[in-house]
Amino acid sequence: MPAPMPTPPPPRPAEPEAPRGVASIGKSVVIKGQIFSREDLYLDGEIEGTVEVPENRLTIGPHGKLQASIRAREVVVLGSVQGNVEAGERIDIRKESKLVGDIKTGRIIIEDGAYFKGSIDIVKPEAARPPVSSRPAVAEIAAAAPLAGVEPKP
Amino acid sequence: MSVFARDSHDEAGRQQPYSRHSNGLEQFFGYIQGEHGLTLLDLSGASQASVGLITGLGHRLYSEDLLQTLDELFGRGDFYANQCDPERIERLLAQSLNLPEASCDGALVWDLLEYLASPLLQAVVDRLRRIVKPRAYLLAIFHGDERAERVPTYTYRICDARTLSLAPRGLRQPAQLFNNRAIEKLFQGFEAVKFFLTRDHLREVIVKR
Repeated sequence: MPAPMPTPPPPRPAEPEAPRGVASIGKSVVIKGQIFSREDLYLDGEIEGTVEVPENRLTIGPHGKLQASIRAREVVVLGSVQGNVEAGERIDIRKESKLVGDIKTGRIIIEDGAYFKGSIDIVKPEAARPPVSSRPAVAEIAAAAPLAGVEPKP
Repeated sequence: MSVFARDSHDEAGRQQPYSRHSNGLEQFFGYIQGEHGLTLLDLSGASQASVGLITGLGHRLYSEDLLQTLDELFGRGDFYANQCDPERIERLLAQSLNLPEASCDGALVWDLLEYLASPLLQAVVDRLRRIVKPRAYLLAIFHGDERAERVPTYTYRICDARTLSLAPRGLRQPAQLFNNRAIEKLFQGFEAVKFFLTRDHLREVIVKR
């Protein structure tokens, strides 16, 4: 009779990591100061200061410890945040994460098991959306200008 | 027999949240009906249900799980003896309920007051009185069985303006259990106290600041 096949050990749960193509700050990094990003950002280290990702998504990884004020289009919290958060579109506070601070957002999702202390202000997306930076605004105006000069066809 | 008002468990034996009608909650939301942009204080911690309902009505929510904060501050050693330490009381009031005077248009206190020993209880009630606007309302819940040694604790989630979902958090020894007279005495600095008796041995109380 053939020997039974050895059972492979159960796979270890993978450490959550930054999605590919996203700017990332790893768990052993400590930053004090101001972070500004024009692309999606994944923070898994210790940050003290301000974090601005006005037009993209900010993810605070499970090892992330932020003592910072945050402004982003979208915020996902898996780690720990102490500071006020302004998320233009939405904030997602996942289980086992901790957020102490006041939130202003268009939409909020709080999973069971998340710890939150602070106030929640739901604001209309237009009001909550962080102001668009000057460069894209200029581009919009430039794109619109030629249309203004087009004369209506008879 | 379980001391929990409802006794539903999942397959692993964990107690499940259950929903119940709440006259006190209905009255609380009745008082603020038609209002917009109020600031409401919820001391049972943030849940998707409560946040969704309160912000959906156009109000601002201040949320804190005060029971968890109490455990963190007073939990090492004798929970209730620690609550008599003036320094720790100061520390609690510095980090919790630290809101501007008359900044809240209503407060959902739930059953928290039963887990506060005398000096802290008075300090918290005084703080609530300070941060809640005059003529605003508080909703508190007290257990009806005044002789129980341990009572079930819950996380209170608001499903709609008249329905609560109670998620069990285990049994806990209360600092004290209150009869109606003791509740009236506790809120003697407030304008009015109204009681709602329920079928599950909870006493819901609406207090007018």
